[in-house]
Amino acid sequence: MLTELTEPTTLKASQPVNLVVNGTPLQLNLLPWVSLLDALRDYSGLTGTKKGCDHGQCGACTVICDGKRVLSCLSLAVSKDGSEITTIEGIAPEGDLHPLQKAFIEHDAFQCGYCTPGQICSAIGMMKEGKAKTRAEVKELMSGNLCRCGANTNIIDAIMEVQNQSVHE
Amino acid sequence: MNNFTYKRAESIEDALAQNNSGGNSSYLAGGTNLVDLMKYDLTRPDSLVDLNRVDGHHEIYETPEGGLLLGAFVTNADTAWHPIVEERYPLLSKAILAGASAQIRNMATNGGNLLQRTRCYYFYDANVPCNKREPGSGCSAIPGYNRIMAILGTSESCIAVFPSDMCVGLAALDATVHVEGPTGSRSIPFADFHRLPGDTPEIDNTLLPGEIITGIELPANGFSKNYSYLKLRDRNSYAFALVSVATGLELDGNVIREARIALGGVAHKPWRVREAEEFLAGKTADAASFGQAAEIILRGAVGFPHNAFKIELAKRAIVRNCMMALDPESQLPGAQPSV
Repeated sequence: MLTELTEPTTLKASQPVNLVVNGTPLQLNLLPWVSLLDALRDYSGLTGTKKGCDHGQCGACTVICDGKRVLSCLSLAVSKDGSEITTIEGIAPEGDLHPLQKAFIEHDAFQCGYCTPGQICSAIGMMKEGKAKTRAEVKELMSGNLCRCGANTNIIDAIMEVQNQSVHE
Repeated sequence: MNNFTYKRAESIEDALAQNNSGGNSSYLAGGTNLVDLMKYDLTRPDSLVDLNRVDGHHEIYETPEGGLLLGAFVTNADTAWHPIVEERYPLLSKAILAGASAQIRNMATNGGNLLQRTRCYYFYDANVPCNKREPGSGCSAIPGYNRIMAILGTSESCIAVFPSDMCVGLAALDATVHVEGPTGSRSIPFADFHRLPGDTPEIDNTLLPGEIITGIELPANGFSKNYSYLKLRDRNSYAFALVSVATGLELDGNVIREARIALGGVAHKPWRVREAEEFLAGKTADAASFGQAAEIILRGAVGFPHNAFKIELAKRAIVRNCMMALDPESQLPGAQPSV
């Protein structure tokens, strides 16, 4: 059934949403049903975060919100007012690559690349959680990010390399 | 998604008052199920009352009675990885970590976990009859493809299963659910929280309109020495259970002093049979005893054309998981079989 949109309701319902995205404060005015994913892509010009299933099943929309990896498609932007968000655009300084980005290239950890921003943001969140030590644990804690090209083995290789580097540092 | 108004509650009292202002209102916590249901246009609230910033109920703390109080708004991940939960209630930790994905567990709250709707594919398909979605319209799962459906406690109206893993652990641990509502606060024993479908499958639980879960209390005994959670599913991770089992054992040598066994993926609520647990008390902790208990637990199970295999699967899963509980150290990540 199509939802009936009436202009007065939508205008009344818009509300201010303040986010700090990749260190930059953003003042948005959004309808309450705008997801964090759409707020980033459609209202902030940050299209690095990808919309895959839009139902919390694929992990392509993973961002880091207040230090934790979450699914931006199932987050309402209004509910995240005041949050600090890191997207794929913000994980490394301009012109530089994050160690995970380098490792993904070295290990051929993508084919089409659509899941990659979510994979990398998820891996950053996972390493911060500090709960995955073994390869089996990394696989388990990365299972929320699907790769339909089947690069999973190389993705885990890339993450393991960066994780082992940071353990040795 | 339909249009709705959004209000942020400062406190439980504020949330109750805002919810009370009339219309079809929903509470929002982690949103991992509600927002998805709204995207499918299956749930159409006029207004959302956001509970994420209410004061209180965001902590986990030990109770004077020696138990543990899990705040309703603590995330599933923070609960599973809380030092006291890991140490004293590892069964709960394992059950939580067997569910969903890391991202979803970072968002989903403890209260919300209890309030998940079924993942029955016919419930999600607005084009077909479903008594849970539209009472009186019929059940498409009974004559349909019923691989993931229930084998215990079903009715002619509904054979959907309740999808939570965390709740299977909470059922085994004899948790208590604390709620606050328009008429005051009350506590609900976990076994009475979720209900069987009967002829009103649209009602998942015994929460009254407007009530909010504020916390989940665990009793002192967390069965932390001998426990296991086994989850059998169509892929190794990030899938709902075909059958899952939570086991907690108290042993004297190789004799069982107390046993707890709860099943997931088989009914409209976590399934626990006290008679089987009483049977095990005093028995030797071996596959033969667990096999006999499994027969008691699955008594009355009825399979459908595509899920009759679950009856035997559940029996074997019970035996295997109870054997796994004898050696928690050797368990694998992801609630996979280790023996």
